[in-house]
This record gives sequence, C-alpha cells and structure tokens, in this order.
Amino acid sequence: MTEQELRLDGNAAAGLFQELFVHELTTARGACAACGSVGAIGAQHLYMSPRSPGAVLRCSACEAVLMVIVRAGGRFRLGLQGLVWIEMQDVDTAS
Amino acid sequence: MAGTALQRRLIWRTAEVVDLIDETPRARSLALAVPGWPGQLAGQHVDVRLTAEDGYQAERSYSIASAPAGELLTLTVERLDDGEVSPYLAGELRAGDKLELRGPIGGYFVWEVALGGPLLLVAGGSGICPLMAMLRLRQAAAGAIPTRLLYSSRSLQDVIFRDELDRLVATGSGLEVIHTLTRSVPEGWPGLHRRIDTAMLSAIAWPPAERPLIFICGPTPLVESAAGSLVNLGHEPARIKTERFGPTGG
Repeated sequence: MTEQELRLDGNAAAGLFQELFVHELTTARGACAACGSVGAIGAQHLYMSPRSPGAVLRCSACEAVLMVIVRAGGRFRLGLQGLVWIEMQDVDTAS
Repeated sequence: MAGTALQRRLIWRTAEVVDLIDETPRARSLALAVPGWPGQLAGQHVDVRLTAEDGYQAERSYSIASAPAGELLTLTVERLDDGEVSPYLAGELRAGDKLELRGPIGGYFVWEVALGGPLLLVAGGSGICPLMAMLRLRQAAAGAIPTRLLYSSRSLQDVIFRDELDRLVATGSGLEVIHTLTRSVPEGWPGLHRRIDTAMLSAIAWPPAERPLIFICGPTPLVESAAGSLVNLGHEPARIKTERFGPTGG
C-alpha cells in the first residue's frame, strides 16, 4: 500500500481524541515544532489503520511527526513531541 | 466542566435497523433508530462496531448521510468485496437487527447554515455521504445558499442519491449538480467523462475572489488531487476542508 493510500485527515482521529479530551480537538489549532506552520489539527495528516494499535499525526506542510497516540494494554500513551502549542476554544466562554 | 466532560464522553449505543434502501448495486443505506441519540451536525461521523461470536471486534467509521433534523440516522455503506465489515452491513444485515455505534464524532469537517456559502462540494463515490447531509440540511433551511456539487462516480448506475439530487436541483433553490463518470458512460451521455482535474474544477468552482467554502470527500488520491488543484487555482487552503477515506479495510 502506498503512503498516499494510507493517509487520512486529522479529523479521522476525532473519536480517538474524544476518548482522551473534553475538547473537540480536531478544531483546535496547533503549531508544528519543525516548520512553525499553524493549522487545525483536523487538517493535518493522520496515519492510522483499523488493526494498528495507534495513530501518528504529521504536519500537512512538512510531514514532521506532531503527535503519536498508542492504545495498548489498557492504557493510552500520548506523545506530543512535534507540537509547540495547541490552542482551543475555552468551553466556558463558548456561545 | 465535569458535566461537560460527562456529556461529551463517547458511549457505545445499540441502534436498531429500521429500514434498508439499496441505493446502487453496491451501496445500501441503513436507516437506524438510536435511543438516546444526542443529535449531530452535517458532516459528522459515527464509529460502528461489530463483534463476532468469538469476541473478535472490528470497528469502522461511517459518515452520517441524513440531515441533522431527521428522526432516523442514515448511514450509506458501499460494499467492498474484500472488506471485513461492509459486506455484512451492505449485504447480510436485515431490518430489526441491532448494531453497536458511537457518536456523533468530529467537529472539523462540518457545515452549518450559519457558515453560509457559496458552497462547493466535491465528492468521489460514497464520499457523497457527509456532503448529502449538508445538502439535506441546506434544503431544509430557509434561504438559497448558492451551492455546486461536483460528483465523480464510476458509472451512472454507481451514482448514489441520483434521484434525490435531481429532485433537489429541480426545486430551484440554487443548487447545481455536475456529474462526471470515470469508467462507462451511457450512450449519448452529454456530461463529463473523466477523473476530476484542474480544468474541470476551474470551470465549475466560483472564482477564488468569491471565497467559496469547499468540502471534499472521497478516496485519498481524489481528495488530494482536487484539494491541490483548488489551492493552485488560488483558493484559500483554510477554506478547503477534506475528508479522505484511506485504507479503511471496508
């Protein structure tokens, strides 16, 4: 299978994120530590297949790894090595 | 905050199949009654989980095709012959059967009436499903939001929701639907007969200056090619939202 065939959008990780976070993370913005690009998490590239234990989110501008989520042995591990920051709607001020 | 967290927690619900509608030889719509369903936005998806007798579980995501206001939740599933889940959902499932699902999921690939238009929708195959939810919502809302749908299918018989799309166009609400067929065409087919390309998008999309809001859904190569073409034509990347199928395994 080619790399292109494997690629999804960050929004495909919405269900996984919803198990971990109160916020809707696909609409949050993040900054790539490698190239500085800022964009919605849902607009980045996601590599995740039905049988894989985890998901890798890569920057849609430079393909550097932003985030790795592994679910195994009754635990989630969230690696955030490629994100300088994430910014999301404050739910208390949301209309 | 705790209350919000509790409300937002994704839980598996049991849905009952109320009706099955064959849309094309390979695609079937499942109309589901889901007790306690909190409602959804146009463009959101659900996870469906099947459990075998030996406990093996397979999970897939499907976009919701029904309008947010609908009483039943409709998923339209394309049967992939070597798939693990779709042959069951689009083949063996019967009315009255139960399914496990959770959702609604996703807030990014979503259109609400307040976001306005003009709206450019680009679909490949069953990528029409979340866009159909948007078209159904648009039709139910007051006011005509200028909308164009460019829809690529293999052949005319593979066009999902063809009759309903024709009806929506006929209401004169400002919807245009342009079909392109990539494999066989009926004799005398007056329409497009090739894959979506830059020239096609250039002819169909509004000029970038009109800042259309763009949603693209379909197989990954189609989505990436169309999104790339639209950026090259001068459309703002931030106004182009994509949903790739990827290798879902069916």
